[in-house]
Amino acid sequence: MEPWDKLNAIHLDALKEIGNIGAGNAATALASMLGSRIQMAVPRAGVLPLKEITCLVGYEEDPVACVEFTVQGPAPSKIFFLLNEPSAYLLIDLLLGKPQGSTGSLDEMGCSVLTELGNILAGSFLNAFAEFCRLEFKPSVPAFAFDMLGAVLSSAFLEGGYFSDRALVIETRFYSATATIYGHFFLIPENAALEKILQSLGLKLD
Amino acid sequence: MEAVINPEEVKVGIAEWQVASSPRRLVTLGLGSCVGIALHDPTTRIGGLAHIMLPDSSQFQDRVNRAKFADLAIPDMLAEMLSRGACRSKITAKIAGGAQMFTSGDRHLPLLNIGQRNTAMVRQVLEELGVPITGADTGGNYGRTMIFDLMNGDVHIRTIGRPLKKI
Repeated sequence: MEPWDKLNAIHLDALKEIGNIGAGNAATALASMLGSRIQMAVPRAGVLPLKEITCLVGYEEDPVACVEFTVQGPAPSKIFFLLNEPSAYLLIDLLLGKPQGSTGSLDEMGCSVLTELGNILAGSFLNAFAEFCRLEFKPSVPAFAFDMLGAVLSSAFLEGGYFSDRALVIETRFYSATATIYGHFFLIPENAALEKILQSLGLKLD
Repeated sequence: MEAVINPEEVKVGIAEWQVASSPRRLVTLGLGSCVGIALHDPTTRIGGLAHIMLPDSSQFQDRVNRAKFADLAIPDMLAEMLSRGACRSKITAKIAGGAQMFTSGDRHLPLLNIGQRNTAMVRQVLEELGVPITGADTGGNYGRTMIFDLMNGDVHIRTIGRPLKKI
């Protein structure tokens, strides 16, 4: 029996609230960088097999950009920041001040831009999360991949040292009504973190 | 020209394996550091495709899903093929995947080397079972899809930005 098997609806709501607060802060940071509104969907939280986590985002062969962080501290977790291909290219154009449509493939500069963007947004996410839960987080340096969604997501877990074929995920989708920006934030608390996070919110497992 | 008939495709998910026979195709999408193992018996046209995540089950307590591990999935799948009438001595293997998808300033990630360890274990298990490897497309830093035609044992590798490759 895993700690997450004891999660009830109230726990999941609390985890969704963390997703809401973290992704909200990150979306605000992204909006202020771009000078345009970024919308957010209602977060989803649950324990899912890896292949169903893929389904939250799209089809296994869809090209996506992903920035991955391993977060250490009292509540070890992972953060993934995912963008679909058109959004990745558009964001590179916008952040480098190029005319829209200039970027059509990913070079080293583009990878750096997206990695740095992920770094800033993960920082905003964690700041809000840390303040809400009064916990301290130490994110690793970011890791970056651009490839098929299935390959990227499974490897984000495996190459980051997470070996279970199920995970507790807190997912928030963000998008823009005016520009082609569509992506996802994932927070994946490891087993050791779950109890800590819930405790910090005054909740207990069992 | 592509074949006119598009036989039914059987999808193999992550940490799963499937056995089927011609004219079906077995497909697994988006292998990153995971490895896909296609076993084929050309005489009966029975084949199996596994999508493993980790090399060695002995390192883990939770082994409920045996199909996740190279050392358990391959013998299990082989046994299922034999129980369906495949001829042991005719079976050959083709493998793909085992990439390192993420790049990072952190030295920790490549050290874990999960893709390479998966590939090494798959090779070792196949050798112990006496199944020869007749084709492989492993390593690198990109994702792969395997399309395995049970009619002739061909495995096509689809990637992003590279031409379709036959192994």
